[in-house]
Amino acid sequence: MSHGSGGRAMAQLIDELFRVHLENALLAQGNDQALFEPPPGRLVTSTDGHVISPLFFPGGDIGALAVHGTVNDVAMAGARPLYLTASFILEEGLPLADLERIVASMGAAARAAGVQVIAGDTKVVERGKGDGCFISTTGIGVVPDGIQISGDRAQPGDAILVSGSLGDHGVAILSKRENLGFETEIASDSQSLHDLVAAMIEAVPDIHCLRDPTRGGLATTLNELALQSRVGMQIREPAIPIRAEVSAACELLGLDPLYVANEGKLIAICAGDRAETLLAAMRTHPKGREAAIIGQVVTDPHQFVQMETAFGGSRIVDWLAGEQLPRIC
Amino acid sequence: MSNHHSSSQRLRLHTETEGESIRVRGLVQGVGFRPTVWRLARAAGLAGDVCNDGEGVLIRLWGTSAEIDAFCHALMIECPPLGRIDGIERRPCEAPAPDSFRIVESEAGLVRTGVVADAATCEACAAEIADPGDRRYRYPFTNCTHCGPRLSIIRAIPYDRANTSMAAFQLCPACAAEYADPADRRFHAQPNACPVCGPKVWLTDAEGRDLLAADGLKPDVVAADDETPGFAEAAAATAADRAPRDAIEAASRLLERGAIVAIKGVGGFHLACDATNPAAVATLRERKRRAAKPFALMARDLDVVRALCELSPAEAELLSSTVAPIVLLDQRVDGAAKTSGPVAAEVAPGQSALGFMLPYSPLHRLLLQDWDRPLVMTSGNLSDEPQCIDNADALTRLAGIADAWLLHDREIVNRVDDSVARVIQVRTRWLRRARGAAPMPLALAAGFEAAPRVLALGGELKNSLCLLSQGQATLSQHLGDLEEARTAREFERTVDLYQALFEHAPEIIAVDCHPDYRSSALGRRLAAETGARLVEVQHHAAHLGAVLADAEWPLDAGPVIGVIFDGLGYGADQTIWGGECLLGDYRQWQRIGHLRPFALPGGERAIREPWRCLYAQLESSLGWPQCVERWGDLESLRALRERPIALLAEMIQKGVNAPRTTSVGRLFDALAAALGICVDGIAYEAQAAIELETLARRALGEGGYAFAIDTRAEPWQLDPAPMWSALLDDLAAGVPAAMIAARFHAGLAETVAELAARAAQRHGLETVALSGGVFQNRTLFEATLKALRARGLQVLTHTRVPANDGGLALGQAAIAAVAPPIYAQSPLRGR
Ligand SMILES: [Fe+3]
Ligand SMILES: [Mg+2]
Ligand SMILES: [Zn+2]
Ligand SMILES: [Zn+2]
Repeated sequence: MSHGSGGRAMAQLIDELFRVHLENALLAQGNDQALFEPPPGRLVTSTDGHVISPLFFPGGDIGALAVHGTVNDVAMAGARPLYLTASFILEEGLPLADLERIVASMGAAARAAGVQVIAGDTKVVERGKGDGCFISTTGIGVVPDGIQISGDRAQPGDAILVSGSLGDHGVAILSKRENLGFETEIASDSQSLHDLVAAMIEAVPDIHCLRDPTRGGLATTLNELALQSRVGMQIREPAIPIRAEVSAACELLGLDPLYVANEGKLIAICAGDRAETLLAAMRTHPKGREAAIIGQVVTDPHQFVQMETAFGGSRIVDWLAGEQLPRIC
Repeated sequence: MSNHHSSSQRLRLHTETEGESIRVRGLVQGVGFRPTVWRLARAAGLAGDVCNDGEGVLIRLWGTSAEIDAFCHALMIECPPLGRIDGIERRPCEAPAPDSFRIVESEAGLVRTGVVADAATCEACAAEIADPGDRRYRYPFTNCTHCGPRLSIIRAIPYDRANTSMAAFQLCPACAAEYADPADRRFHAQPNACPVCGPKVWLTDAEGRDLLAADGLKPDVVAADDETPGFAEAAAATAADRAPRDAIEAASRLLERGAIVAIKGVGGFHLACDATNPAAVATLRERKRRAAKPFALMARDLDVVRALCELSPAEAELLSSTVAPIVLLDQRVDGAAKTSGPVAAEVAPGQSALGFMLPYSPLHRLLLQDWDRPLVMTSGNLSDEPQCIDNADALTRLAGIADAWLLHDREIVNRVDDSVARVIQVRTRWLRRARGAAPMPLALAAGFEAAPRVLALGGELKNSLCLLSQGQATLSQHLGDLEEARTAREFERTVDLYQALFEHAPEIIAVDCHPDYRSSALGRRLAAETGARLVEVQHHAAHLGAVLADAEWPLDAGPVIGVIFDGLGYGADQTIWGGECLLGDYRQWQRIGHLRPFALPGGERAIREPWRCLYAQLESSLGWPQCVERWGDLESLRALRERPIALLAEMIQKGVNAPRTTSVGRLFDALAAALGICVDGIAYEAQAAIELETLARRALGEGGYAFAIDTRAEPWQLDPAPMWSALLDDLAAGVPAAMIAARFHAGLAETVAELAARAAQRHGLETVALSGGVFQNRTLFEATLKALRARGLQVLTHTRVPANDGGLALGQAAIAAVAPPIYAQSPLRGR
């Protein structure tokens, strides 16, 4: 990847690469914009910048992640994602082979998620001004009639569910980036969740909240929802699914898995009496096999997220201002 | 000089009757002060009146000046037990003399009512419950103006019965008469009660069934737990005995048989068992899920304590005070011989001290009356939670722990834990300031009289909060760890309660700088809501402020050298501090020295796993490969090599959750791990350091490992490398661990003294202040004190509030009251 002179040949090369891997009719129009008929129903859109080091990691890469991240944000409204646009910032010196790997992975992820990448842009920046590759994606999806999913709808008595084990992505990235050799290689959970969501709203159309616990993990996301809905949350430590190897790595690193990022999991909140139905629907879907009910929404003017520990104590799972800093004196 | 006299200045003869108005300041309201005045005036045959007002108590008295002198003298001597006279001012009073002495009701709104601390049963009340002829014989809620519950039962001000949980009980005529009679010890005693009209006590099982059946305790009912050895058999055997007189006696019998009884006391629940019964103590540990943290003990009287522990006059006095704290005492070497059996080893594993308290309520006195051996009286909770205060809650939460519940119907409104103290160098050193001590106001030194009103919210663990106004500071009872959800809720409620009880609307709110402390978050929110000015005070500066305020260092007395050693606090440079030498006072400070920074691989994990600290210390001080080369055969190094230290090395090198710290608390952990103490983990805070000190006390007085003081660095650095080399050489030479522990303590004390002395000399000062939880280590504290004094330095230490974070709010308040607005951001630079 080079910058400046010789740019024309390079631009053609990149164009070609995108056409091959992201191929679809709208992109093939070859315009600076994609023109399409809006699908019927309510539309949702979401945009997200993807920055990750390393670009390739066990369980994924930045290309797939850029699709999954935005597809999932769209899906968390209960929507079926349709289109994506993508903007690439590439650093001079990025091997073309790496770029091809990334774009190919993106194409595969998009096809798997049933979305088309219909517009895109590429910029190359000088060496040292980027971290190899940044990808911003914007998604558009359509919400089925009657679905009303929003972060402010959690009510006391509701159940809190997660779709599977927590902390995989963050630990995978950290151990790969810092080359921390753990006995078992931990893979990121990066995946699109739109199909799981479709199965869930089929079973329980009145899901109150859906959110993917990405940066800041389960703890931060539950605090966001508690604040938005003006409620408290009570979760039970033993009920939270965490893989043994993730738990072991977190213990060694001194990290609390509840604050570690995920890229293929969701939190669902629904009426308490619908929870078992929803759980059953999640567990029959391949992406929700390890789903669990982890707690419930409660009335709480303090809007605390609190956790009953395995020892029977109850600890506040608080917002953190930054990284996990020791508080014990 | 003028020969004119104003109308108030007249020549007076000693025999001439004159009016005087006498202003008494101090702790004089709600403690039975006015009846004392009334009694003394009556006894002296003096006319006048007394009332409470906004500044304390105002007395008007008519008599000769000699009579009034004598009265004031008597008042100083006979100040009620819960009162404290800070000053008496006398002025002539021109009004005509009345014909008798009266107690005058104060005008509403004028009185700063406040509320005093819960006080241990006075001797007069104790005598009544022991007297079969008294109407309060064996009545567990007997109290008077000089003793009984206060803070634990109050809901709102003014401190009247209606605003306490005693509102549920209507005074009977006999009690009402006492309440109304100024000559009675119970005049205006709000919690006054008797068997006719007051609270009742009963004994139940987990289902709430009354265990005190008419025919005595039925073994099949009381034997709730078959696992307690011999419990059912003993219960059956005793069923033939005389039926217990009441629930308390029944509970006492259950305890004798090895049962665990939840007992509702003054400020919360205890879990009790026979401290000399190893099986009962072990069962309690297991059920409470408290692995190693020592249990407190309660003994009937000083003789029982003396049979087991060394007891100095100062310690005996502290035990018997109205605070009645848990006092940490050294066990007698020959202790076992003097009682029916030794205290079970499971009471305080790994420690040479025992924590004793005396019965501080009539209920406790009655419970222990037949016990010539101590009871375990540990907080009624599951490990890490705050203790229960409510009957229903106790029945639920203690269901898996207790065999029976001794309950009563006097509601505990505010949780007030037992205070904990020890005596070092004849002075009381608080480890936890709660029941009996809070909310006693603390007088501040000159300079704070006109300071603005401050609410300081303390730290994250061992939290207490502080109100400052009118030259005094009111530190709340120990509230506990704010990461615990129940405690966090109580904390917010207590902030409201204290502001209401002391009618305190803060102009300034002081908090710690830590971005994630709950107390800081609440402070920021309150400041935004109320418009109060927010002052963030750096953690160790607050510790310095706390010791200055505690030692009544005057506001304008100038800076001192502060040595602040603790676990961890958020530093001004965003790293984690804990081994600090500061130059400063209430208004400004600068960091002039600290322990050499090292990494904490795993952050909070490293606090719980001392082996991480050991690796980090060795790596940063000497280099790990060099250690392996020179001392690789040592057991402690071999053990380290079997752990994932390669990962730790990566974490430190790459900065993955390996925050840098200067914590001396963590240095103690490393030391402990080097000697094989708590290598894998600690079961309670500071366990490694406490066990290390216990070890050190067995081998005092043999040299010390010096640290290097690097004065070329700015700030100066304490480098532990020479200490580690000498220590590892000793280990290799087979020097006993106790000796090594002792040499570490001695060396650290010398190092602190040397550092402080050099700093004092550099800055032309003579005073050194010591604070932070590490100085609760008696061995280190005593040695440091001695070494500092040997260098001719004056030393300020804590005597009124804890050196640990329990005293932090006092320092925050004192600093925020006088510091410039940008205090936290602009430490003083240079001089
Ligand atoms: Fe501290
Ligand atoms: Mg997102
Ligand atoms: Zn009394
Ligand atoms: Zn009565």
